[in-house]
Amino acid sequence: MATTEQFLSRLRATRVWKSVFRRGPARTNRTRSLAVFGNIFLHALPAKVREKSLRVRATYYLGSFTFFLFIVLVITGVLLMFYYHPAVPQAYRDMKDLRFAVANGVFLRNLHRLAAHAMVAAVFAHMFHVFYRGGYKSPREFNWVVGVLLLLVTLFLSYTGYLLPWDQLAYWAITVGTGIISAMPVLGAKIRFLALGGNQVGENALLRFYVLHCVVLPLVAVVLIAVHFWRVQKDGGLTVGENSRGEDGGQEKL
Amino acid sequence: MSEPEKEKPDQTGEVTRRDFFNEISLAALGIAGAGAAVVTYNFLSPNVLFEQSMVFRAGNPDLYPVDTVTPLPDQQVYIVRTAAGFYALSTVCTHLGCITQWKPEANLIACPCHGSKFNSGLPPSKALPGTKIEGPAPLPLPHFAMTMTADGELQVDKSQKSDQVLKV
Repeated sequence: MATTEQFLSRLRATRVWKSVFRRGPARTNRTRSLAVFGNIFLHALPAKVREKSLRVRATYYLGSFTFFLFIVLVITGVLLMFYYHPAVPQAYRDMKDLRFAVANGVFLRNLHRLAAHAMVAAVFAHMFHVFYRGGYKSPREFNWVVGVLLLLVTLFLSYTGYLLPWDQLAYWAITVGTGIISAMPVLGAKIRFLALGGNQVGENALLRFYVLHCVVLPLVAVVLIAVHFWRVQKDGGLTVGENSRGEDGGQEKL
Repeated sequence: MSEPEKEKPDQTGEVTRRDFFNEISLAALGIAGAGAAVVTYNFLSPNVLFEQSMVFRAGNPDLYPVDTVTPLPDQQVYIVRTAAGFYALSTVCTHLGCITQWKPEANLIACPCHGSKFNSGLPPSKALPGTKIEGPAPLPLPHFAMTMTADGELQVDKSQKSDQVLKV
Protein backbone atom coordinates (compact mmCIF):
# COMPACT_ATOMS: atom_id res chain seq x y z
CA MET A 1 0.00 0.00 0.00
CA ALA A 2 2.79 2.33 0.87
CA THR A 3 4.06 2.11 -2.67
CA THR A 4 0.64 3.04 -4.05
CA GLU A 5 0.57 6.07 -1.75
CA GLN A 6 4.04 7.01 -2.85
CA PHE A 7 3.11 6.58 -6.46
CA LEU A 8 0.01 8.75 -6.07
CA SER A 9 1.81 11.49 -4.20
CA ARG A 10 4.54 11.52 -6.80
CA LEU A 11 1.90 11.61 -9.52
CA ARG A 12 0.16 14.55 -7.84
CA ALA A 13 3.41 16.44 -7.73
CA THR A 14 3.97 16.13 -11.46
CA ARG A 15 3.59 19.05 -13.82
CA VAL A 16 0.92 17.28 -15.86
CA TRP A 17 -1.27 16.61 -12.80
CA LYS A 18 -0.94 20.21 -11.70
CA SER A 19 -1.83 21.49 -15.14
CA VAL A 20 -5.00 19.37 -15.15
CA PHE A 21 -6.13 19.89 -11.54
CA ARG A 22 -4.61 23.32 -10.95
CA ARG A 23 -3.17 22.38 -7.55
CA GLY A 24 -0.76 20.09 -5.78
CA PRO A 25 -1.59 17.36 -3.29
CA ALA A 26 -4.62 18.06 -1.03
CA ARG A 27 -2.83 17.90 2.31
CA THR A 28 -4.27 20.87 4.16
CA ASN A 29 -7.85 22.06 4.66
CA ARG A 30 -7.13 24.89 2.26
CA THR A 31 -5.87 22.69 -0.54
CA ARG A 32 -8.71 20.23 0.09
CA SER A 33 -11.21 23.06 -0.34
CA LEU A 34 -9.39 24.19 -3.45
CA ALA A 35 -9.72 20.67 -4.82
CA VAL A 36 -13.48 21.16 -4.75
CA PHE A 37 -13.63 24.82 -5.82
CA GLY A 38 -11.22 24.29 -8.67
CA ASN A 39 -13.01 21.34 -10.27
CA ILE A 40 -15.83 22.03 -12.68
CA PHE A 41 -17.64 18.82 -11.71
CA LEU A 42 -17.22 19.24 -7.96
CA HIS A 43 -17.72 22.97 -7.59
CA ALA A 44 -21.49 22.53 -7.51
CA LEU A 45 -20.92 20.65 -4.26
CA PRO A 46 -20.22 22.49 -1.03
CA ALA A 47 -16.59 22.75 0.01
CA LYS A 48 -17.74 21.97 3.55
CA VAL A 49 -20.92 20.25 4.73
CA ARG A 50 -22.62 19.89 8.08
CA GLU A 51 -22.48 16.40 9.44
CA LYS A 52 -26.27 16.47 9.82
CA SER A 53 -26.84 16.81 6.10
CA LEU A 54 -24.80 13.68 5.43
CA ARG A 55 -27.04 11.44 7.53
CA VAL A 56 -29.19 9.03 5.56
CA ARG A 57 -32.31 10.36 7.25
CA ALA A 58 -31.55 13.89 6.08
CA THR A 59 -32.32 13.12 2.44
CA TYR A 60 -32.43 9.34 2.01
CA TYR A 61 -30.19 10.30 -0.93
CA LEU A 62 -33.30 10.53 -3.09
CA GLY A 63 -32.02 13.40 -5.22
CA SER A 64 -28.64 11.74 -5.66
CA PHE A 65 -30.35 8.48 -6.51
CA THR A 66 -32.44 10.25 -9.16
CA PHE A 67 -29.29 11.78 -10.64
CA PHE A 68 -27.56 8.39 -10.57
CA LEU A 69 -30.49 6.90 -12.50
CA PHE A 70 -30.27 9.77 -15.00
CA ILE A 71 -26.60 8.92 -15.60
CA VAL A 72 -27.50 5.24 -16.03
CA LEU A 73 -30.19 6.25 -18.53
CA VAL A 74 -27.79 8.45 -20.51
CA ILE A 75 -25.18 5.69 -20.76
CA THR A 76 -27.60 2.86 -21.62
CA GLY A 77 -29.57 5.19 -23.93
CA VAL A 78 -26.49 6.21 -25.91
CA LEU A 79 -25.55 2.54 -26.29
CA LEU A 80 -29.06 1.61 -27.47
CA MET A 81 -28.87 4.40 -30.08
CA PHE A 82 -26.08 2.51 -31.87
CA TYR A 83 -28.61 -0.16 -32.89
CA TYR A 84 -31.82 1.81 -33.27
CA HIS A 85 -33.23 3.46 -36.41
CA PRO A 86 -36.20 5.76 -35.81
CA ALA A 87 -38.04 4.55 -38.94
CA VAL A 88 -41.12 2.50 -39.71
CA PRO A 89 -41.02 -0.52 -39.55
CA GLN A 90 -37.28 -0.74 -38.81
CA ALA A 91 -37.71 0.57 -35.26
CA TYR A 92 -39.71 -2.48 -34.19
CA ARG A 93 -37.18 -4.84 -35.81
CA ASP A 94 -34.31 -3.04 -34.09
CA MET A 95 -36.07 -3.41 -30.75
CA LYS A 96 -36.51 -7.14 -31.45
CA ASP A 97 -32.86 -7.38 -32.53
CA LEU A 98 -31.77 -5.74 -29.31
CA ARG A 99 -33.72 -8.35 -27.39
CA PHE A 100 -32.72 -11.45 -29.31
CA ALA A 101 -29.67 -10.85 -31.48
CA VAL A 102 -27.44 -8.12 -30.03
CA ALA A 103 -24.97 -9.22 -27.36
CA ASN A 104 -26.20 -7.93 -23.98
CA GLY A 105 -28.90 -6.00 -25.83
CA VAL A 106 -31.69 -7.34 -23.67
CA PHE A 107 -29.72 -6.39 -20.56
CA LEU A 108 -29.15 -2.82 -21.75
CA ARG A 109 -32.70 -2.39 -22.94
CA ASN A 110 -34.19 -3.66 -19.70
CA LEU A 111 -31.74 -1.59 -17.70
CA HIS A 112 -32.84 1.49 -19.64
CA ARG A 113 -36.52 0.68 -19.19
CA LEU A 114 -36.32 -0.22 -15.50
CA ALA A 115 -34.10 2.76 -14.69
CA ALA A 116 -36.66 4.97 -16.44
CA HIS A 117 -39.49 3.57 -14.31
CA ALA A 118 -37.32 3.89 -11.21
CA MET A 119 -36.40 7.48 -12.09
CA VAL A 120 -40.05 8.54 -12.22
CA ALA A 121 -40.62 6.87 -8.85
CA ALA A 122 -37.45 8.43 -7.42
CA VAL A 123 -38.41 11.92 -8.63
CA PHE A 124 -41.77 11.60 -6.90
CA ALA A 125 -40.19 10.23 -3.71
CA HIS A 126 -37.67 13.11 -3.75
CA MET A 127 -40.45 15.65 -4.22
CA PHE A 128 -42.59 14.21 -1.43
CA HIS A 129 -39.59 14.19 0.89
CA VAL A 130 -38.69 17.80 0.08
CA PHE A 131 -42.33 18.80 0.43
CA TYR A 132 -42.80 17.23 3.87
CA ARG A 133 -39.51 18.74 5.02
CA GLY A 134 -40.71 22.17 3.98
CA GLY A 135 -37.86 22.42 1.52
CA TYR A 136 -39.99 24.48 -0.86
CA LYS A 137 -40.13 27.42 1.58
CA SER A 138 -38.16 30.66 1.32
CA PRO A 139 -35.43 31.00 0.10
CA ARG A 140 -35.83 27.78 -1.86
CA GLU A 141 -39.03 28.58 -3.79
CA PHE A 142 -37.22 28.96 -7.09
CA ASN A 143 -35.41 25.66 -6.71
CA TRP A 144 -38.77 24.00 -6.00
CA VAL A 145 -40.03 25.42 -9.30
CA VAL A 146 -36.92 24.11 -11.09
CA GLY A 147 -37.67 20.75 -9.47
CA VAL A 148 -41.24 20.80 -10.80
CA LEU A 149 -39.87 21.55 -14.29
CA LEU A 150 -37.50 18.59 -13.89
CA LEU A 151 -40.48 16.42 -12.95
CA LEU A 152 -42.21 17.49 -16.16
CA VAL A 153 -39.06 16.83 -18.22
CA THR A 154 -38.77 13.37 -16.61
CA LEU A 155 -42.39 12.58 -17.48
CA PHE A 156 -41.96 13.86 -21.06
CA LEU A 157 -38.83 11.73 -21.40
CA SER A 158 -40.79 8.69 -20.24
CA TYR A 159 -43.63 9.46 -22.58
CA THR A 160 -41.49 10.11 -25.67
CA GLY A 161 -39.46 6.97 -24.95
CA TYR A 162 -42.65 4.96 -24.81
CA LEU A 163 -43.27 5.30 -28.56
CA LEU A 164 -39.80 4.20 -29.67
CA PRO A 165 -40.27 0.37 -29.52
CA TRP A 166 -43.02 0.92 -32.12
CA ASP A 167 -45.14 -1.96 -30.86
CA GLN A 168 -48.90 -2.02 -30.26
CA LEU A 169 -48.55 -0.74 -26.70
CA ALA A 170 -46.43 2.19 -27.90
CA TYR A 171 -48.72 3.02 -30.82
CA TRP A 172 -51.92 3.08 -28.79
CA ALA A 173 -50.38 4.82 -25.80
CA ILE A 174 -49.32 7.68 -28.08
CA THR A 175 -52.65 7.63 -29.94
CA VAL A 176 -54.53 7.94 -26.65
CA GLY A 177 -52.05 10.43 -25.16
CA THR A 178 -52.14 12.76 -28.14
CA GLY A 179 -55.94 12.30 -28.14
CA ILE A 180 -55.88 13.81 -24.66
CA ILE A 181 -53.82 16.75 -25.95
CA SER A 182 -56.31 17.43 -28.73
CA ALA A 183 -59.11 17.66 -26.17
CA MET A 184 -57.53 20.96 -25.05
CA PRO A 185 -59.65 23.86 -26.29
CA VAL A 186 -58.45 26.04 -29.20
CA LEU A 187 -54.79 24.92 -29.29
CA GLY A 188 -55.29 21.18 -28.76
CA ALA A 189 -55.57 20.07 -32.38
CA LYS A 190 -52.61 22.30 -33.43
CA ILE A 191 -50.37 20.97 -30.67
CA ARG A 192 -51.29 17.40 -31.59
CA PHE A 193 -50.48 18.10 -35.24
CA LEU A 194 -47.11 19.61 -34.28
CA ALA A 195 -46.25 16.80 -31.85
CA LEU A 196 -47.08 14.08 -34.37
CA GLY A 197 -45.88 15.96 -37.44
CA GLY A 198 -49.13 14.92 -39.11
CA ASN A 199 -52.60 13.61 -38.37
CA GLN A 200 -51.64 10.04 -37.56
CA VAL A 201 -49.11 8.36 -35.33
CA GLY A 202 -46.72 7.54 -38.16
CA GLU A 203 -43.13 7.97 -39.33
CA ASN A 204 -43.04 11.69 -38.60
CA ALA A 205 -44.31 11.13 -35.08
CA LEU A 206 -41.69 8.44 -34.45
CA LEU A 207 -38.88 10.70 -35.66
CA ARG A 208 -40.13 13.67 -33.64
CA PHE A 209 -40.45 11.64 -30.47
CA TYR A 210 -36.98 10.19 -31.09
CA VAL A 211 -35.37 13.62 -31.45
CA LEU A 212 -37.21 14.93 -28.40
CA HIS A 213 -36.26 11.83 -26.42
CA CYS A 214 -32.59 11.64 -27.41
CA VAL A 215 -31.60 15.28 -27.91
CA VAL A 216 -33.99 18.03 -26.86
CA LEU A 217 -35.30 16.77 -23.54
CA PRO A 218 -31.94 15.43 -22.25
CA LEU A 219 -30.33 18.82 -23.04
CA VAL A 220 -33.08 20.63 -21.17
CA ALA A 221 -32.71 18.16 -18.30
CA VAL A 222 -28.94 18.70 -18.06
CA VAL A 223 -29.32 22.48 -17.94
CA LEU A 224 -32.08 22.30 -15.34
CA ILE A 225 -30.13 19.75 -13.26
CA ALA A 226 -27.12 22.08 -13.27
CA VAL A 227 -29.26 25.00 -12.08
CA HIS A 228 -30.96 22.75 -9.52
CA PHE A 229 -27.68 21.54 -7.96
CA TRP A 230 -26.13 25.00 -8.01
CA ARG A 231 -29.16 26.51 -6.30
CA VAL A 232 -29.09 23.90 -3.52
CA GLN A 233 -25.77 25.44 -2.44
CA LYS A 234 -26.73 29.05 -3.11
CA ASP A 235 -29.94 28.68 -1.09
CA GLY A 236 -28.08 27.52 2.00
CA GLY A 237 -27.58 23.81 1.53
CA LEU A 238 -29.93 20.98 2.33
CA THR A 239 -33.00 21.48 4.46
CA VAL A 240 -31.77 20.20 7.79
CA GLY A 241 -31.67 21.57 11.31
CA GLU A 242 -32.65 24.95 12.68
CA ASN A 243 -30.88 26.88 9.97
CA SER A 244 -32.85 25.18 7.25
CA ARG A 245 -35.16 28.10 6.56
CA GLY A 246 -32.28 30.18 5.39
CA GLU A 247 -33.05 32.94 7.89
CA ASP A 248 -29.44 33.98 7.71
CA GLY A 249 -30.00 34.96 4.10
CA GLY A 250 -28.82 31.69 2.67
CA GLN A 251 -25.40 31.88 4.31
CA GLU A 252 -24.65 28.57 5.85
CA LYS A 253 -23.28 28.55 9.40
CA LEU A 254 -20.64 25.92 9.65
CA MET B 1 -17.92 42.68 -10.52
CA SER B 2 -17.93 46.43 -10.24
CA GLU B 3 -21.22 48.23 -10.51
CA PRO B 4 -21.41 50.56 -13.47
CA GLU B 5 -21.29 54.20 -12.49
CA LYS B 6 -24.66 55.46 -11.48
CA GLU B 7 -26.05 57.80 -14.06
CA LYS B 8 -27.36 61.06 -12.76
CA PRO B 9 -31.10 60.94 -12.17
CA ASP B 10 -32.69 62.04 -15.37
CA GLN B 11 -34.90 64.96 -14.51
CA THR B 12 -35.28 66.39 -17.94
CA GLY B 13 -36.85 63.20 -19.31
CA GLU B 14 -34.14 63.32 -21.94
CA VAL B 15 -33.35 60.05 -23.69
CA THR B 16 -29.64 59.32 -23.45
CA ARG B 17 -27.72 57.76 -26.28
CA ARG B 18 -27.39 54.58 -24.17
CA ASP B 19 -31.15 54.40 -23.49
CA PHE B 20 -31.83 54.89 -27.16
CA PHE B 21 -29.47 52.09 -28.22
CA ASN B 22 -30.79 49.80 -25.48
CA GLU B 23 -34.33 50.24 -26.67
CA ILE B 24 -33.45 49.90 -30.34
CA SER B 25 -31.51 46.70 -29.59
CA LEU B 26 -34.33 45.27 -27.47
CA ALA B 27 -36.84 46.03 -30.20
CA ALA B 28 -34.60 44.43 -32.82
CA LEU B 29 -34.11 41.36 -30.65
CA GLY B 30 -37.84 41.17 -30.01
CA ILE B 31 -38.69 41.35 -33.71
CA ALA B 32 -36.01 38.82 -34.59
CA GLY B 33 -37.21 36.51 -31.79
CA ALA B 34 -40.84 36.73 -32.89
CA GLY B 35 -39.80 36.12 -36.50
CA ALA B 36 -37.71 33.12 -35.50
CA ALA B 37 -40.66 31.71 -33.53
CA VAL B 38 -43.00 32.05 -36.52
CA VAL B 39 -40.44 30.59 -38.94
CA THR B 40 -39.74 27.67 -36.58
CA TYR B 41 -43.45 27.02 -36.14
CA ASN B 42 -43.89 26.93 -39.92
CA PHE B 43 -40.85 24.69 -40.29
CA LEU B 44 -42.27 22.21 -37.78
CA SER B 45 -45.69 22.07 -39.46
CA PRO B 46 -45.32 19.71 -42.42
CA ASN B 47 -46.83 20.92 -45.69
CA VAL B 48 -46.72 17.57 -47.44
CA LEU B 49 -47.79 14.46 -45.60
CA PHE B 50 -47.14 10.94 -46.80
CA GLU B 51 -50.30 9.74 -45.15
CA GLN B 52 -53.22 7.87 -46.65
CA SER B 53 -55.40 9.99 -48.92
CA MET B 54 -58.46 11.35 -47.15
CA VAL B 55 -60.56 10.57 -50.23
CA PHE B 56 -61.05 6.95 -51.23
CA ARG B 57 -63.33 4.78 -53.33
CA ALA B 58 -65.40 2.19 -51.50
CA GLY B 59 -66.42 0.27 -54.60
CA ASN B 60 -69.74 -0.58 -56.16
CA PRO B 61 -72.88 -0.01 -54.01
CA ASP B 62 -73.93 -3.61 -54.67
CA LEU B 63 -71.04 -4.76 -52.47
CA TYR B 64 -73.06 -3.61 -49.46
CA PRO B 65 -76.43 -5.31 -48.93
CA VAL B 66 -79.22 -3.34 -47.24
CA ASP B 67 -79.10 -3.36 -43.40
CA THR B 68 -75.46 -4.23 -43.06
CA VAL B 69 -72.42 -2.66 -41.41
CA THR B 70 -69.16 -3.28 -43.29
CA PRO B 71 -65.91 -2.33 -41.57
CA LEU B 72 -63.10 -1.13 -43.87
CA PRO B 73 -60.21 -1.44 -41.39
CA ASP B 74 -57.57 0.07 -43.70
CA GLN B 75 -59.61 3.23 -44.10
CA GLN B 76 -60.93 3.24 -40.52
CA VAL B 77 -64.48 3.59 -41.86
CA TYR B 78 -67.73 1.62 -41.53
CA ILE B 79 -69.96 1.60 -44.58
CA VAL B 80 -73.47 1.38 -43.15
CA ARG B 81 -76.30 0.68 -45.57
CA THR B 82 -79.86 1.01 -44.32
CA ALA B 83 -83.12 1.27 -46.20
CA ALA B 84 -82.56 5.06 -46.20
CA GLY B 85 -79.21 4.80 -47.99
CA PHE B 86 -75.46 4.88 -47.30
CA TYR B 87 -73.46 6.29 -44.38
CA ALA B 88 -69.68 6.35 -43.99
CA LEU B 89 -68.93 6.22 -40.28
CA SER B 90 -65.57 6.81 -38.61
CA THR B 91 -64.35 3.77 -36.67
CA VAL B 92 -62.24 6.00 -34.43
CA CYS B 93 -63.75 6.37 -30.97
CA THR B 94 -64.43 10.01 -30.11
CA HIS B 95 -63.14 9.41 -26.60
CA LEU B 96 -59.39 8.81 -27.01
CA GLY B 97 -58.96 7.57 -30.55
CA CYS B 98 -59.14 3.79 -30.15
CA ILE B 99 -60.62 1.75 -33.01
CA THR B 100 -64.18 0.64 -32.31
CA GLN B 101 -65.53 -2.81 -33.20
CA TRP B 102 -68.75 -3.79 -34.98
CA LYS B 103 -70.61 -6.32 -32.81
CA PRO B 104 -73.28 -7.92 -35.03
CA GLU B 105 -74.58 -10.16 -32.22
CA ALA B 106 -75.42 -7.10 -30.10
CA ASN B 107 -76.27 -4.86 -33.08
CA LEU B 108 -73.95 -2.11 -31.86
CA ILE B 109 -70.52 -0.61 -32.30
CA ALA B 110 -68.38 -0.87 -29.16
CA CYS B 111 -64.99 0.50 -28.16
CA PRO B 112 -62.65 -2.05 -26.56
CA CYS B 113 -60.62 0.57 -24.68
CA HIS B 114 -63.10 2.18 -22.31
CA GLY B 115 -66.45 0.63 -23.17
CA SER B 116 -68.19 3.34 -25.21
CA LYS B 117 -71.15 2.04 -27.22
CA PHE B 118 -72.62 3.45 -30.41
CA ASN B 119 -75.78 2.72 -32.36
CA SER B 120 -75.39 0.77 -35.58
CA GLY B 121 -78.50 2.36 -37.10
CA LEU B 122 -79.74 -1.02 -38.32
CA PRO B 123 -83.29 -2.12 -37.46
CA PRO B 124 -84.81 -2.54 -34.93
CA SER B 125 -82.87 0.57 -33.85
CA LYS B 126 -84.37 3.76 -35.25
CA ALA B 127 -81.45 6.03 -34.34
CA LEU B 128 -78.93 7.29 -36.85
CA PRO B 129 -75.79 5.15 -37.20
CA GLY B 130 -73.07 6.20 -34.77
CA THR B 131 -75.24 7.91 -32.18
CA LYS B 132 -73.91 7.41 -28.68
CA ILE B 133 -75.55 4.83 -26.43
CA GLU B 134 -73.08 4.90 -23.61
CA GLY B 135 -70.00 6.96 -22.66
CA PRO B 136 -67.27 7.84 -21.89
CA ALA B 137 -67.16 9.01 -25.52
CA PRO B 138 -68.37 12.62 -25.57
CA LEU B 139 -69.65 12.65 -29.16
CA PRO B 140 -71.28 10.31 -31.67
CA LEU B 141 -69.11 8.70 -34.35
CA PRO B 142 -68.87 11.29 -37.15
CA HIS B 143 -70.29 10.69 -40.63
CA PHE B 144 -68.02 11.43 -43.58
CA ALA B 145 -69.21 12.95 -46.83
CA MET B 146 -70.18 10.33 -49.42
CA THR B 147 -70.64 10.85 -53.12
CA MET B 148 -71.18 8.75 -56.19
CA THR B 149 -68.46 8.85 -58.83
CA ALA B 150 -69.32 9.19 -62.51
CA ASP B 151 -68.60 5.50 -63.05
CA GLY B 152 -71.00 4.47 -60.29
CA GLU B 153 -68.70 3.84 -57.32
CA LEU B 154 -69.07 5.05 -53.76
CA GLN B 155 -66.54 7.70 -52.75
CA VAL B 156 -65.82 8.79 -49.19
CA ASP B 157 -64.08 12.03 -48.21
CA LYS B 158 -62.75 11.68 -44.67
CA SER B 159 -61.81 15.34 -44.51
CA GLN B 160 -65.48 16.36 -44.80
CA LYS B 161 -68.10 15.64 -42.19
CA SER B 162 -71.68 15.41 -43.34
CA ASP B 163 -75.10 14.56 -41.96
CA GLN B 164 -76.50 13.73 -45.40
CA VAL B 165 -77.44 10.19 -46.27
CA LEU B 166 -76.40 9.03 -49.73
CA LYS B 167 -79.44 7.64 -51.50
CA VAL B 168 -78.83 5.21 -54.32
